Amino acid sequence: MLDVVGVTKRFGGLTAVSSVNLNVQNGEIVSLIGPNGAGKTTLFAMVAGFLRSDEGSVRFDNTPISGMKPHQISRLGMVRTFQITQPFAGLTTLENIMVGAYSNTSDSKIARQNAEKVAETVGMTSLLGQGADSLTVAGRKRLELARALATDPKLLLLDEVMAGLNPTEIDEIVAVIKGIRDTGVTIFLIEHVMKAVMNLSDRTYVLNDGKLIASGTPAAVAEDPQVIEAYLGHGAAEAMVATS
Amino acid sequence: MGALGKNILLLAGGAALLMAAPAFITSKFYIDVLTLIFFTAYLGQSWNILGGYAGQFSFGGVMFFGTGAYASSVLLTSFGIPPVMGIFVAIFAGAVLGFIVGFMSFRSGLKGSYFALITLAFAELLRVLANSVEFTGGGVGLFLTYAPGLSNLQFSTPTGFYYFALLLMFISIAIALWLERSRFGAQLVAIRENEDAAEALGIDTLRCKIYAIMIMGAMGGAAGTFYAQKYLYLDPPIAYSIHLSVEMLLVTIVGGMGTVFGPLIGAFVLHIVNEVARHFIDTPGLSLIVYGFILILIISYLPNGLIGMFRRRMKQSEATALDKITSDKGGRDA
Repeated sequence: MLDVVGVTKRFGGLTAVSSVNLNVQNGEIVSLIGPNGAGKTTLFAMVAGFLRSDEGSVRFDNTPISGMKPHQISRLGMVRTFQITQPFAGLTTLENIMVGAYSNTSDSKIARQNAEKVAETVGMTSLLGQGADSLTVAGRKRLELARALATDPKLLLLDEVMAGLNPTEIDEIVAVIKGIRDTGVTIFLIEHVMKAVMNLSDRTYVLNDGKLIASGTPAAVAEDPQVIEAYLGHGAAEAMVATS
Repeated sequence: MGALGKNILLLAGGAALLMAAPAFITSKFYIDVLTLIFFTAYLGQSWNILGGYAGQFSFGGVMFFGTGAYASSVLLTSFGIPPVMGIFVAIFAGAVLGFIVGFMSFRSGLKGSYFALITLAFAELLRVLANSVEFTGGGVGLFLTYAPGLSNLQFSTPTGFYYFALLLMFISIAIALWLERSRFGAQLVAIRENEDAAEALGIDTLRCKIYAIMIMGAMGGAAGTFYAQKYLYLDPPIAYSIHLSVEMLLVTIVGGMGTVFGPLIGAFVLHIVNEVARHFIDTPGLSLIVYGFILILIISYLPNGLIGMFRRRMKQSEATALDKITSDKGGRDA
């Protein structure tokens, strides 16, 4: 469904993302993990059309989308959320979600109905009339998800939807994401919260210093020495083997 | 639905009142003041579509007005084409100018104060151009003849112009009402609130902003024809006056940006404040100071305008009503 081939991004002398290859198959939940500054969000931004890659290509449903604008990519069915939530602050929750729903209909009644349906899916029904600027962090994360979902996407790109949430809230949103996958939406997510990643994803890619260092099932990746080193520092893998 | 019915009733009542007003108001002066209020409210609404709804502030809104005024006036004086047809050319010219300015500035990503300044620059450029070319009459200006008749969009009584301005104002309200209910309006508001998020949700932000400035341009063009046919004289400082650019954004900010009735309320309040200050204060210039002082007060204490005040209260009561409904249903919470 999504094919990323040799994608590279340089900011001046810094190579933020270095010839990354990855793919996401229809119906999967795939995660992208890595330490802070590994280039995850940069990679997402290139996939969704917000940044132009210096090298490489991105294909979505076998359509080359490198060079397309974000709204065009969104229209094709690949919709991203933002790590730093970007609500339409002056609008209510319902109005926010309706903006997403309008991407499939120009009829405001239908958009409203669809938005209400989506709100139910993500558990925001009781917050529909509330201003988006008065939502809690958890509420804003859900709103990001709801708005993207309202566009009726084929592939959702979720950028750290669990960051800043407490364990209960994480469990809730994990259930929501699984529910979304069960309705036939493919999911590609960036995540920091390891527990959630293990629980949720079919496959995981690990990015460090802009390079992919591992991929596979979450369990296999978690035992990969290179991954342990990336997260815990040089020599950590050997130390762990020694102590166990 | 009850609230909607009530709103429609209020709207119809207000419209009927304004339509019947000339029957009660005998003073030509007051009819003229009201005409000017509607005219300013109309221009304010044109600014409101791009500035209030789409969040793109322009300081050169007058450029569409001036271009429309010249379009129909030159057609009339040089080619004898009656303004009743010329006004459509003026609308078209305004929209085309809107497209050019919008395409050039939005495509290169100009926002905020940069966009505001570029519109100011366009207006000034056009003023200088109008001054230096032949067919606008240059600095001497254009004199139009007074020949009342529908084909000239001129009327033998102030009441005629009153209804003309009222019609324009009604049209502008209708456009704003449509925006409030339509997908296009929701998209403009989304762009105002967060452009990146709007793009991510599939909104072609460039196209939407260009459409918005074209609507503004078309409306400004019609206003130009109205003005020229009412005041019968046009020169570059009038056609492209910064004062009018400021006035259209001022009435909107005072009344409430991004609201249907903000420009109208703002135009009423500012004109009345202005007239009252002029009436009671004899010292020349002092009335302007009072006017400015009241303006500062309104802007600093009502950042969302006069309508913003009422609207917030309405939204709060709406929200509590919605809470009630969902809790009655036993709505699932987070």
